[in-house]
Parts: sequence; C-alpha cells; structure tokens
Amino acid sequence: MSFINYSSREINCKIVYYGPGLCGKTTNLQYIYNKTSPDAKGKMISLATETERTLFFDFLPLSMGDIHGFKTRFHLYTVPGQVFYDASRKLILKGVDGVVFVADSQVERMEANLESLDNLRENLEDHGFDLDKLPYVVQYNKQDLPNAAPLDELKNLLNPTGVPDFSAVAVSGDGVFTTLKAVAKLVLLELKKRR
Amino acid sequence: MEVLYEEQYQAIQATVERLYQDSNAMAILLIDKNGQEIASAGEIEGLDTTSLSSLTAGNVAATGGIAKLLAEKEFTGQFHEGEHTNIHISIVAQRIILVVLFDQRTSLGLVRLRVRKASKDIQTLLEEMSQQQQQQSKPSIFEEITDADIDNLFNDD
Repeated sequence: MSFINYSSREINCKIVYYGPGLCGKTTNLQYIYNKTSPDAKGKMISLATETERTLFFDFLPLSMGDIHGFKTRFHLYTVPGQVFYDASRKLILKGVDGVVFVADSQVERMEANLESLDNLRENLEDHGFDLDKLPYVVQYNKQDLPNAAPLDELKNLLNPTGVPDFSAVAVSGDGVFTTLKAVAKLVLLELKKRR
Repeated sequence: MEVLYEEQYQAIQATVERLYQDSNAMAILLIDKNGQEIASAGEIEGLDTTSLSSLTAGNVAATGGIAKLLAEKEFTGQFHEGEHTNIHISIVAQRIILVVLFDQRTSLGLVRLRVRKASKDIQTLLEEMSQQQQQQSKPSIFEEITDADIDNLFNDD
C-alpha cells in the first residue's frame, strides 16, 4: 500500500515483479540496480538459495525523482517463481501498488507462464485485489532466444486485456527501464485518481 | 493509501523517542506491515533502516503465515539474541511493527516492559489518527499534481 509521508515529503509505493521460475525477475532488478546512480538507490537484498534461486524475495528501494517537492520512492520486490513457494509469493503481494508480470518468451515455458498468471490473479484476490483494476504491465522477456514465441502469440495468450506490454532482454537491459517506468507511471496516476 | 501528516508524525516520533530513552536501547524503528519506515530514534546513523524495515516486514509476514498454518491469530513478538546486538520485534494494533535494537546496556525485561507501555501509546495515537482522518479530510498532494507532472517525471530520455 502506498505510504505518503508529509513530514519527510515522500510518496512510497510498492511494485512486485511476478512470473514463472527463471523468467528473469531477479535479472530485471539486478540490471536496474547496476544502472542506477548510487544516490537514487538503496541496497539490493536477495534472499536466495545456495543455487541463487529466489527463496523469499529480492528487494530494491529506488528514487525516481521529485514531484511538487515530494520524493517518489519505489520499493521493488520480486517473488520466488518456483511453484512450491506459493505461500511466500502470496505474502509479498500484500500491499502491492503495481505489478509487472515477467513472461518467459520461450515456447516451452508457455504453460508455466499461464500457470503463473492464474496464480497471480488468485493470490491477488486473496488480498482483495483485482488484477484488472491494478496498475499492471506485462514484459515478454528473453526475446533474443531462438526459441522465443512470436510477439503476437505471446500477446494473445498472456495479455488478453491489452495492458501496456513490452518485449525485453533483461540480461542486456533491453526493455527493463521501459517496463519499470510504465508501471511506476501507472501507479502514480492511480494514486492521483484515488486521492 | 496510507497518509501521515506532519503533526501526526511529530506525535508518533515523540513516543518513539521516549521509548528509546526509557528502554536504554540502541535504536527504535517503527515500520508498517508493508515494510515502509514510519519513524525511528536512537543510533541509526550507519544503519540501513530501509533494508532493515523491508526484511523485518518480510520476517513478520512469514511468521504471520506460520501462525495462520497453526491456527494462531498471530505471534505478537519475536526476540533474536546476537553477540553484540539483540532485536525485539512486536506488532502494535495488528498493523504496525515496533523494532527495538539493544545491547548489554539494558535488559530484555526492561525492553519488554517499556515496549508494552509504548505500544499502548502508539495504539491510542493510531486510533486518534483514524478518527481525525474520518472527520476531516485534508487536501492531498495529489490535488496539486497533474497528469502532465507525472508524465514529466518519466520523460528524461
């Protein structure tokens, strides 16, 4: 849930990167962390297993500039993608202001994408959120791979409601900031609408 | 959307400062359950309070998940003992996390005692705040912000 502090003049929001295992959620955050100047970011925290799979979450606090004298601060979180970590995934969605669904574009991961998308919708409903009413964008990651499905097909399957969507190659940073800015903007517009 | 106005912040900050003094702690942090820092007091220089807030909220959320599995409403407190620093975590009014960092200058008993008093004070403040917010709506910063302002924030490239 966004938190507006008139004393420190800050607008704080929470964005969650969701998606199937190994789709590139952590890679998105790592790229953002590496490319952001030190004064605009805090420490990136990864609660991961010994094999560098996300165990609970990654966390990256980020400043995205001032608006009317208020600092906009975004707390970026990823969820663990592996199916059996569902209880943890649900916890991280608590108080979310915006969601990025990171899809793995590889044809053979399509079922995992769909399963994760269903899971996102269900877990949001458990917190009383409706995905169709939340600031929400989709990223088709790993577009550089030879087995990536065509964009049209990905859009049809994974973005039936036509929310803003972006193709990406998170390891090289393509589309990473475009995705982040799009969701951050939707979050602020939503806050303005709800004032 | 949670909103904290200047005078409310001052009242909460005063309570947190008082707890810091009364408990002889190293530092006090007040965090919302989503991991946002609300107020802090004590020796916080060099302490990454943003990370601490996020991790503590994650910890409380996970512990809350365990409580649910065991059909408990919640586990209201946690205590971790370190070689130099100890941490006492408690939940106030089911929605705010109160963190006390302390060392050998004080004791767990005193911390617990002072936390109990501070929790009641914070709970009263929260109740007053929610009553105030229901009675009088203050102008929101978002009334001044236009869609164009939001656009401009992201038009740097």
